[in-house]
Amino acid sequence: MSQTITHAFDAAGFDALLASQSEPDWLTTLRREAFEHAQAMSWPERRHEEWIRTDIRIFQLGKFGLPVLDPADCDLAETEPLHQLVEGVALGGRIETVDGCITKESLDEDLAAKGVVFGSLSKLALSHPELVRPYLFTAFDPDHDKFAALHAAFMSGGQFLYVPRGVVIDRPLHIGSILTDGGTDTTHTLVVLEDGAEATLLHESNSTDSGGAGLHLGSIELVQKPGSNLRYVNLQEWGHKTYHFAQQKAVIDRDCSLQWTIAAMGSSLSKVNQSVDLVGPGAHSQVNGVMFTEGRQHLAYHTLQHHKAESCRSDFLYKAAQQDKSRTVWRGMIKVDPAAQKTDGYQRNDNLVLSHHARADSIPGLEIEADDVRCTHGSTTSKVDEDQIFYARCRGFTRKEATRMIVTGFFQQIFDRITIDSVREALGAAIARQVREYE
Amino acid sequence: MTHVLKIEDLHVSVGDKPILRGVNLTLNHGETHALMGPNGSGKSTLGLAIMGHPGYEVTSGSITLDGKDVLEMAPDERARAGIFMAFQRPMAIPGVKMADFLRHATTNVRRPDRKEGEELIPMREFRKELREKMEHLRMDSEFARRYVNDGFSGGEMKRAEILQLAMLQPKFAVLDETDSGLDADAVRLASESIADIGHQKMGLLIITHHDKLLEHNPPDFTHVMLGGRLVETGGKELAEELHQHGYDRIRKAYPDAEALNQKLLAEDAEEALA
Ligand SMILES: Nc1ncnc2c1ncn2[C@@H]1O[C@H](COP(=O)(O)OP(=O)(O)OP(=O)(O)O)[C@@H](O)[C@H]1O
Ligand SMILES: [Mg+2]
Repeated sequence: MSQTITHAFDAAGFDALLASQSEPDWLTTLRREAFEHAQAMSWPERRHEEWIRTDIRIFQLGKFGLPVLDPADCDLAETEPLHQLVEGVALGGRIETVDGCITKESLDEDLAAKGVVFGSLSKLALSHPELVRPYLFTAFDPDHDKFAALHAAFMSGGQFLYVPRGVVIDRPLHIGSILTDGGTDTTHTLVVLEDGAEATLLHESNSTDSGGAGLHLGSIELVQKPGSNLRYVNLQEWGHKTYHFAQQKAVIDRDCSLQWTIAAMGSSLSKVNQSVDLVGPGAHSQVNGVMFTEGRQHLAYHTLQHHKAESCRSDFLYKAAQQDKSRTVWRGMIKVDPAAQKTDGYQRNDNLVLSHHARADSIPGLEIEADDVRCTHGSTTSKVDEDQIFYARCRGFTRKEATRMIVTGFFQQIFDRITIDSVREALGAAIARQVREYE
Repeated sequence: MTHVLKIEDLHVSVGDKPILRGVNLTLNHGETHALMGPNGSGKSTLGLAIMGHPGYEVTSGSITLDGKDVLEMAPDERARAGIFMAFQRPMAIPGVKMADFLRHATTNVRRPDRKEGEELIPMREFRKELREKMEHLRMDSEFARRYVNDGFSGGEMKRAEILQLAMLQPKFAVLDETDSGLDADAVRLASESIADIGHQKMGLLIITHHDKLLEHNPPDFTHVMLGGRLVETGGKELAEELHQHGYDRIRKAYPDAEALNQKLLAEDAEEALA
């Protein structure tokens, strides 16, 4: 690690953080509460269902400092802005961050004129409290566990997107988050779409060093008012020694549609909770998840599709491929409340295990309290077949080309669902980069 | 110079089970050879050994292409050197479109020195050629957009193998029961297609249990395999005899080979039960 720790995740660090922020009192109150809770909470226990398969004993919070508190201290050396998801795409606005500090932010004038707000969450909490305060921590629960509480107490930087009623943004917005070696990122992303609004937000995270260490304690909140339409893409390529703990949740109301694509490729250990609450009739959410691991990576995704209102559709497809000694854990749940009649829920996880030492855990689940519903779930785990490789080689493919083709084919079903060309291409390329020869 | 694929005293084992016990066969470019023999005699094993399947270990003997040691080559190098096999049981590759698979395969085979990542044949040029070949084989163009052998019927798989043969234009091709699983019309179509693409244009080694394919592709030589050895070689009249009268005469004439064949079949049955 390149930095020495000046502020730790402790009481002194918390005071330093408060001193460095100019933020409204209500936000400080939220932080203080979260900090107290975090102090009182213990680390998740191994026997807890969510943590049975994810061992965090080697994670030591004390090894990480707080994110850089003063943007002036931010180490911006040699950080190229990220652009994988937006190759050849005209953007409506962009935010670039390094270790959570915003280094650049822009929004096209025509969008600003329509009342769209896109930029630093901490700044906007001060200038636009009426837009931030009603929504912040409505989809995110700081009491979920100690990681969530720590995030709420120590979040810094962050991004906020607000799209007013009926405003349709026809160009994607982009967020590029970079973590330097040894850096910490506690950013919070809050997206609010008012009635009938439409937006596409492409978010990618990366480390300056692909082997880099770091800590991301994050959260994403997507709040959709009736009839709004959001496409949200998240490409996570943190360095391979980075810890990634995140709570990610969308709350979508009547007749909303949400297409949420997650590609998880990076980090040494990820533990992510991803949920969609469908709270108004006729809401529809589609989630596309890609996980691709190597080395000794451990990625755990716990998804929840919670039907709270009638006649909603949720469609979650996660596909994961594992190389080397890596492991993925996917645990999915469709929860249907008594009021949520005529629910149409679909949940599926497919795994392609690419080495004898890799492992895929897949635990689908249903909890249904309404009687007129259609819910289907399933999971499959297969291995790359030596005969498949041989077949392709007999047609002139090298072993590596054959492996790459088979893996790409495995993910094709996800690519077919992604409606944004640049995203499909970026994910395809990211996967192809990571595929090694099957052995 | 005519190309020659030469197999000498080839012994092949699967695990520690010997399957082929000394096969000799010389295939000249432009010739058609029929390879016949009862179930389990080792015909597919010979094809897979020629292609270099890692599960089939050559314990002794040699395979050479124009004098070059084929056994030294990886399967993809063999394909790029012009050796092809149409599989008895082709593999499915879900999510990979037939057209994309073939474009990559065709590029690699036509440009044997191509390195990974180098350009493929231009899309338009390739599409045009593929469309023409498919029309010629009377295949629906929708076929190209389907995933490789994924959910194909038995007949569709065999036709897809013929399409690959047509695109890759190898010097030598082993066709392993490319006529099985097809209805009568499809057998005729397949037989005509193969004659059109390969007869006298390649060295063909045709493995078959039926007579239609050989009617359209009259063999210059017929070999009979039994117990992992080629026990008899003749002309096309030998194939006709076997079609009409079966293998009784052969089994009686070569009791040792017949005993080995039975032994392997018995072991298969045991393994299937275990
Ligand atoms: N991968 C394998 N594992 C175990 N045994 C095998 C394998 N491949 C072939 N064998 C055995 O080798 C013997 C020859 O099989 P092969 O498939 O070559 O026969 P064949 O002549 O092609 O038969 P058929 O006419 O039924 O296709 C059989 O006993 C078979 O079970
Ligand atoms: Mg066979």
